[in-house]
Amino acid sequence: MRARLPLQLLIGAAIFAAFALAALVSFLWVPHDVTALNIAAKLAPPSREYPLGTDHFGRDMLSMLMVGARTSIAVAILAVGIGMLAGVPLGLWAAARRGSLIDEIIMRGNDLVFAFPSLVIAILITAVFGPSATNAIIAIGIFNIPVFARVSRGAALSLWTRDFIMAARVAGKRAFRISLEHILPNIANVLIVQGTIQFSLGILAEAGLSYVGLGAQPPTPSWGRMLAEAQTMIYTAPRLAILPGLAIVLAVLGLNLMGDGLRDLLDPRLRRARQ
Amino acid sequence: MTAMIEARGLSLAIHGMPILRGVSFALREGETFGLVGESGSGKSMTALSLMRLLPEGAEASGEILLAGRDLMALGEAEMCDLRGREMAMISQEPMTALNPVQTIADQVAETLIVHAAARPREARRIALERLARVGLPPDAIPPDRYPHELSGGQRQRVAIAMAIALRPRLLIADEPTTALDVTTQAQILALLKGLVREEGMGLMLITHDLAVVAGMADRVAVMQEGRIVEEGDTESLFTRMRHPYTRALFEASAHQPERRPTARAEPLLVAEDVVREYRMPGLRLFGPAPRFRAVDHVSFTIHKGESLGLVGESGCGKSTLTRALLGLDPIDGGRIRLGGEEITAGRHMPARLRRRMQVVFQDPYASFDPRWKVGRLVAEPFHLLETPPEDPAARVAEALADVGLPADAADRYIHEFSGGQRQRIAIARALVLKPDLVILDEAVSALDVSIRAQILDLLADLQARLGLAWLFISHDLNVVRAITDRVLVMQAGRIVEEGETERVLTAPEHPYTQTLIKAAPQIPAAWRKALHG
Repeated sequence: MRARLPLQLLIGAAIFAAFALAALVSFLWVPHDVTALNIAAKLAPPSREYPLGTDHFGRDMLSMLMVGARTSIAVAILAVGIGMLAGVPLGLWAAARRGSLIDEIIMRGNDLVFAFPSLVIAILITAVFGPSATNAIIAIGIFNIPVFARVSRGAALSLWTRDFIMAARVAGKRAFRISLEHILPNIANVLIVQGTIQFSLGILAEAGLSYVGLGAQPPTPSWGRMLAEAQTMIYTAPRLAILPGLAIVLAVLGLNLMGDGLRDLLDPRLRRARQ
Repeated sequence: MTAMIEARGLSLAIHGMPILRGVSFALREGETFGLVGESGSGKSMTALSLMRLLPEGAEASGEILLAGRDLMALGEAEMCDLRGREMAMISQEPMTALNPVQTIADQVAETLIVHAAARPREARRIALERLARVGLPPDAIPPDRYPHELSGGQRQRVAIAMAIALRPRLLIADEPTTALDVTTQAQILALLKGLVREEGMGLMLITHDLAVVAGMADRVAVMQEGRIVEEGDTESLFTRMRHPYTRALFEASAHQPERRPTARAEPLLVAEDVVREYRMPGLRLFGPAPRFRAVDHVSFTIHKGESLGLVGESGCGKSTLTRALLGLDPIDGGRIRLGGEEITAGRHMPARLRRRMQVVFQDPYASFDPRWKVGRLVAEPFHLLETPPEDPAARVAEALADVGLPADAADRYIHEFSGGQRQRIAIARALVLKPDLVILDEAVSALDVSIRAQILDLLADLQARLGLAWLFISHDLNVVRAITDRVLVMQAGRIVEEGETERVLTAPEHPYTQTLIKAAPQIPAAWRKALHG
């Protein structure tokens, strides 16, 4: 019997897939070149030529949003990647050596990172190394590390008391191997759910950094900077602010719905209830 | 006498799966009604149907008459009023049944306040009185304690006090003592018996244990696959056993596998003066943390091919000792040697020593990684070999065949197997390296009696064929009697008695062993004789 997919997962995945598709298509084709300025057609209303109109430099809004999706998704994916690649092994290590000095050092290190206001540190990093998409990725990624370390440690700790882990220990397996073979596959569902949530937070953080000018640099379009540039014309052309704002809200909403749906789908307790 | 509560043709389906098929019974005031059956027979669902607390997707039909009123026709609000006031329930797990952040007096008083039976001050007075009634007098157990400050038996007493706060007419007890030790079980059962007698309520006692109902119930019903297959006065039911299922259940619960006593020649595992301590949370900021000695100078020997039992109640140090024997935790004193070689915890223990010992755990549902196939699970101990076997699949098939499972079981996931089959797979995993010693940690405690009988037969047969030594850890004296030659009795970290199983269980010397044996519920010998005579 196939389990029914949660409705919110379908809706969330559909919204996110639309953005991902737009980002992918933008690599091959966009309606208009986003670097080409066309002052003659500035602030044009939506038309057949410009489906979502143009901005104050006459750039096509649809093309800008498509390329902006690319920036947002790339930054968020890489930031989540950094968080997972560094955080999950740290969390598994802490869980395997629970109660030891290593566990203490890792978890207090986590607390230390958590204690810093993340946006301020991101601003600091970009201020020192210069604003760019790469530095935004690193800044957001660093703050994902303790999240994944904590989540994977917590999930792994409850597994370490289970009998099948004891059986693996009786089979002479070392903590490293048990973590890899038994713990990691069994906490994958938790990590996937946390990953989608961190992904949506990454999109928000990227938009925030770009808004203050510390993310992707011109002429690379980004949702956050589109918002920032639109704010002076909020009364004359509200469309310029509404469109990128809507894109951010929809992408984050879609990812959060997806995360909730995945949680329902992957939670063994709920799964058992459905069977 | 008229019935206080009566079920007529009660049927229940959950998501279209039939659970109960026309269950009918009646319960009189002041009567104890035992409902016996194996897991999945529908006994708990019968209780939940009476309370109308059914899970999602459940469809019930039939009639439930409480003093002539059909509960099936009542709305949720009216049921809420009845629950706690007219009928109450206590469940198996006293820890999850209590709110961990509320004091015990408040929890008992809550029932009274919810039903507007008393003002808060008055409710507290009644709560204290009820707590005293269940054996928790305020001067001995402060009523402002939280559930985690109590023992399992005391928690179950609190749960009972909550249930009887409003003096309901019907008390449903669903496996009320299954999670408790035998001596605690005896006390809780005595308490329930006294409540029925003095308060005149009806008690519906749900259990899998025939011996418990034999000592408690006035009438017994035996359930199988959602039906009551036999019902009658306890004594006549036990002495006649008209239905074959009742007879099968009875025989399985007293099952003794055929086995020859094993010779004791060569010592295999020798434990000398083993000590294991835990550091307890310090009470003072400075100064040494107090230490708790879980295993206290334990010495014993397991001989080659011997079946040794280890009996004790929860917290006596059995599991700590098991982990030390397996070389998983370090010991703080003494020595453990296997075949002359010393067992040391951690990575210093050589694989060649490790592979002579394997283990089978209690819970067949927690013993396996749910994401692995059975073939890989059974093959996991191959990790202890320097070179992997040439034909791992054949070795796995052989181990599966040893425990009576087909070779194609290896290609399936663990959730496709029942509890009994899983325990066979756990034994196959323990046997795949052909060890000298297998530690069975409550290995049959979670199984139904009929499955338990099969596993005991399997263990006896494996020992005869493979010449294995068992260390059989259990709290169940019947099981220990069935499968071991010699037994150790452990209390508070010490071995208090040791000897031939039959001798220890029939003529115990140590007062603790005597208490244990006296507390274990028994089916009266006269009834057994009547059945077999």
